[in-house]
Amino acid sequence: MTVTTSAMPTPVAARADGKAEVVLRLAGITKRFGPLLANDSISLSLRAGEVLALLGENGAGKTTLMNILFGHYVADAGSIEAFGRPLPPGSPRAALQAGIGMVHQHFTLADNLSVLDNVAVGTERLWRPWSDRGTAKRRLLDLAGRFGLGVRPDALVGDLSVGERQRVEILKALFRDARILILDEPTAVLTPQESAGLFETLRKLTADGLAVVFISHKMNEVFAASDTVAVLRAGKLVATHATASTDREKLAELMVGRAVKPPSPAPLAPGEPVLALSAVTVKSDHGRPLLDAVDLTIRRHQVVGIAGVSGNGQTALADLVSGLIHPDAGHAALKGETVDRADPAAMVRRGVARIPEDRHSAGLVGAMAVWENLIAERYRDPAFSRLGVLRRGAARAYAHDVIDAFDVRCPGPDARTQLLSGGNMQKLILGRTLAHGPDLILASQPTRGLDVGAVSYVHGRLLEARAAGAGVLLISEDLDEILALADSIAVIHHGRLTPLLPHDRVSVRQLGLLMAGHWDILPEIVDAA
Amino acid sequence: MTEILDILVSAAFWTAVLRIATPYVLGTLGELLCERAGVLNLGIEGIMTLGAMAGWMAVYQGADLWTGVLFAAFCGALLGLLHAVLTVPLGLSQHVTGIGVTLLGTSLSYFVYRLVLPQASTPPTVTPFQPLDLPGALAQTPLTYLAFALVGLVAYVLYRTPVGLAVRMVGENPAAAEAQGLSVTGVRIGAVMAGSALMALAGAFLTLSAFNAFFFNMVNGRGWICVALVVFASWRPGKALLGALLFAVFDALQLRLQQVAGGVLPYQVFLMMPYLLSILALVLVARRASYPRALMVPYRKGER
Repeated sequence: MTVTTSAMPTPVAARADGKAEVVLRLAGITKRFGPLLANDSISLSLRAGEVLALLGENGAGKTTLMNILFGHYVADAGSIEAFGRPLPPGSPRAALQAGIGMVHQHFTLADNLSVLDNVAVGTERLWRPWSDRGTAKRRLLDLAGRFGLGVRPDALVGDLSVGERQRVEILKALFRDARILILDEPTAVLTPQESAGLFETLRKLTADGLAVVFISHKMNEVFAASDTVAVLRAGKLVATHATASTDREKLAELMVGRAVKPPSPAPLAPGEPVLALSAVTVKSDHGRPLLDAVDLTIRRHQVVGIAGVSGNGQTALADLVSGLIHPDAGHAALKGETVDRADPAAMVRRGVARIPEDRHSAGLVGAMAVWENLIAERYRDPAFSRLGVLRRGAARAYAHDVIDAFDVRCPGPDARTQLLSGGNMQKLILGRTLAHGPDLILASQPTRGLDVGAVSYVHGRLLEARAAGAGVLLISEDLDEILALADSIAVIHHGRLTPLLPHDRVSVRQLGLLMAGHWDILPEIVDAA
Repeated sequence: MTEILDILVSAAFWTAVLRIATPYVLGTLGELLCERAGVLNLGIEGIMTLGAMAGWMAVYQGADLWTGVLFAAFCGALLGLLHAVLTVPLGLSQHVTGIGVTLLGTSLSYFVYRLVLPQASTPPTVTPFQPLDLPGALAQTPLTYLAFALVGLVAYVLYRTPVGLAVRMVGENPAAAEAQGLSVTGVRIGAVMAGSALMALAGAFLTLSAFNAFFFNMVNGRGWICVALVVFASWRPGKALLGALLFAVFDALQLRLQQVAGGVLPYQVFLMMPYLLSILALVLVARRASYPRALMVPYRKGER
């Protein structure tokens, strides 16, 4: 397979039969947002029955391209042809009529309405004096049955799981006879089992002749589900390959623009303890233990990974170390000092750097400027305020330095934070917390939702901080991440924590068993270590 | 206590309840329609005043009663259009705009009234709708029957027609509605205009049915009560009817208690009672009310 340039409308690799008609053609799509060239003359085509994966880092222009296709944005240049007819720009209605359906990353469903309402809205003439609910319901159930998308038509969307909501979104598109389905990061919110179910559905859809575009930055999905992969980088289409004829390393390199090396932490001798939890118990408001007699010691130059299925006490552990909640029993100590009642500001002063689980709600204030977010933890510092008045010049200059040092891609310190991509938001948080040489880093799901390039950046920074003498508490649901970074691993289950297990003495299978609560295997691991 | 029981079993009391409830039913339905589409309409007080004035003025100038009612609804829809244009495509604050519309509607009504009747010291009267010749509490004017019929109609439209689903959808998740090919702006403007027309009907009931003349301050906070009744009703037409009736019972009761116990307690205490009981009911009922999710959130296309 050859790498093609962006300007040339190259037919994508044909599927096995090679003769399916081209259903969608994008030619020279260009879109600017101010100074940012989000899409640079992108040309693509899609055949019936084909699954095209649109691969690229955050901010590479994938979602912009699909939003243009679906009519949410109007392209500055270029044209779109669906089923041989030109598609009027800027109209979701026209896209729907042309047979294009889109499943947005953030679902566009109304929680207080039923599944049937959500699917049927807008499909009937607006001024019909009554709705034909019976026919709509039968059609919905028929589609659901044909493609294995089980849903209850009368259930409220608000009561559904994330996986079920996604099925409703897909049904919405199918209900309107979509022949081209766009899925924006469909697996970002799904469990591995739900993802497998989704791919199964996609196979049924393409067998029925639908064409699918799915946006992703996860390699394993590209290989699990796509026939063809198109790689976007910085707004340009850098390559289109038949998925079968390429491999992970090559795609990763195309996506990031350079070879991506997995992190390889150099062995370092652990130093003095920075965090010591002894028999810490935290109870919920209902008296249920969130953390149950947890013992944990983290030393300098050490990354401790906490593995576990989500909802087993990870959030409580992170909140405890942040100072948001306090032990009901037992003690927590930071660098030898008891911090049982310290509030978050005190924890920051004592050298705890926090990378919160949810960067949108707990990490950053989206509506505020980058510089304001950067000094949010230390705005009372004499460097940034004097006599209760902010020193804006000093704060902006500081923000400039951090933006440079941490490679935050943004228009400048005054940019509104919510306009940044996920990866750049995370860099902003890293810049805020790591710039001051912390003693302990609390990293909760630090790479959730990030692309390959940003993940490798975050990992690199965490390992740098470890080398500089910080202890790292890495809480992650991504086992690969823990295995790649952690010196020691503890498994959390129902609020209880195993002893630290050296990373090179424990297998994935053993971790899986421990995560499922089979702690009877602990003696064999501990004895072997 | 026996006085209260005596009052509650009298047919005259229930006749009064239905009459008093009528403007609340109409106003609450109107506000409910706006809010279901995601637009808070605090212009209700001014729109009711305008409806009261416009309806009465049309009849005073020689139009027949039903033409007056239609003219009132038309004027209400126009003021609703103003509110909708400011809050939907322009995305201005719905609170501030609504208060502005109320001030405009009220002062415009007084201004036009004085313009036409500069000298009138006692308000001139028209011949209002007469109660139908039916027994007991059923002896109501046609507008009251219209109001109660509209409860069913609004409920039917909201829950059984495509346009009602569209209204509910733009009030819950406008982005989803847009992605389904609906025009959020169009649906919201339409809903606010229709709702405002209903509010104006509530006003017209006051001048063309309950009374026979237009007074300054005659709406007297009824619009604000409707705003609260919408919350009490959890945005459901059936419960809105219930709320309006409940409030009317309190109001009718206090009027009669004033006469019975007026010597013991100052009458202001009784005037206060319906409002006090409404607040209590609101606290009890509305804490678990589920708002339309997009209420008061301006929708701008393509914003993330």
